[in-house]
Amino acid sequence: MKFGILVNEGPYNHQASDSAYRFAKAALDKGHEIYRVFFYYDGVLNATKHSEPPSDDRNVIKNWQKLAEDHKVDLVVCVAAGLRRGIVEDSLAPGFRISGLGQLIEAGIQADRMVTFGD
Amino acid sequence: MGEDMEEEYEGGVVKKFMFVNRKAPYGTIYALEVLEMVLISAAFDQDVHIAFLDDGIYQIKKGQDTKELGMKNFSPTYRALEGYDIEKLFVERESLEERGLTEDDLLVPVEVISRAEMGELMAGMDVVLTA
Amino acid sequence: MSTLHTVNKSPFERSALQACLGHAQASDSVLLIEDAVMAALSGNAFAAKLADAGQSVKLFVLGPDLKARGLDPAKVASGITVIDYDGFVDLAAENSTIHSWL
Repeated sequence: MKFGILVNEGPYNHQASDSAYRFAKAALDKGHEIYRVFFYYDGVLNATKHSEPPSDDRNVIKNWQKLAEDHKVDLVVCVAAGLRRGIVEDSLAPGFRISGLGQLIEAGIQADRMVTFGD
Repeated sequence: MGEDMEEEYEGGVVKKFMFVNRKAPYGTIYALEVLEMVLISAAFDQDVHIAFLDDGIYQIKKGQDTKELGMKNFSPTYRALEGYDIEKLFVERESLEERGLTEDDLLVPVEVISRAEMGELMAGMDVVLTA
Repeated sequence: MSTLHTVNKSPFERSALQACLGHAQASDSVLLIEDAVMAALSGNAFAAKLADAGQSVKLFVLGPDLKARGLDPAKVASGITVIDYDGFVDLAAENSTIHSWL
């Protein structure tokens, strides 16, 4: 199965990003494919390279980066939502890329299943 | 509003998309950013449906005046959807009634359907996007 | 064509679960995740509504979210199946659409 994932919320403020990550990881471990993870609304904040969470808890941004690294998962940040929230090319953590909303619609078309995680 | 509007989709696959709106405008950004997503979807020749239920019906309520909030009134954009061939707008009757509103309070032509019909409509979708 | 519905907010906080149950079709699946999991415990104020819905839809609750909140999976109402993320993925694959009620 090819999954598309939409993340609507930023790291830590809501569980959405964690839930999406755990779902993606479980799907990959089961041999499924993640077609794309699209970060929209506050979800774009998951791509910041400036996050320095306390070391005794999970690092949400690094979790996503590792997924991209280990499984070549396509992590896409919406350019317009990013601009609103100050997430631009310069602020991106490695592993994320900025693109248009069309990438989300395309994921909906190309993936077998689309799962949304939000507030 | 909307980038990549010239990006034409040539894949040929047509799926039934539904954008579900359940939240009022302005208290959160979802109404606005879902609308931006809907506009982008127009370039992909998909079978787009927009559902307004619960407080989502306020997104298309007539007479929005945001001047004193200093926020942009983006409700006129719903009237532009028709120009993009996005015409399948559905409003849940019970949601209107619960809020003391009628079809006359809405700023765009919609199809008012019952909760039961809305459930059936949702069941037939390929991709459901919510916020 | 069946749908997997997910609900992530408590019915005491949001109307999402209520709205979900009001639209889900017979033989759809409803999965409670994140803050919605407390609705799955037997004896809570929403239990009767869920049990009612369980007559036509399949009910599931995410175990890891229960445990995180100190809720005992053994106290989940009968008729609601506790699953983990693997089960979540399976449900998503088995149903043709996923509808997240936020």
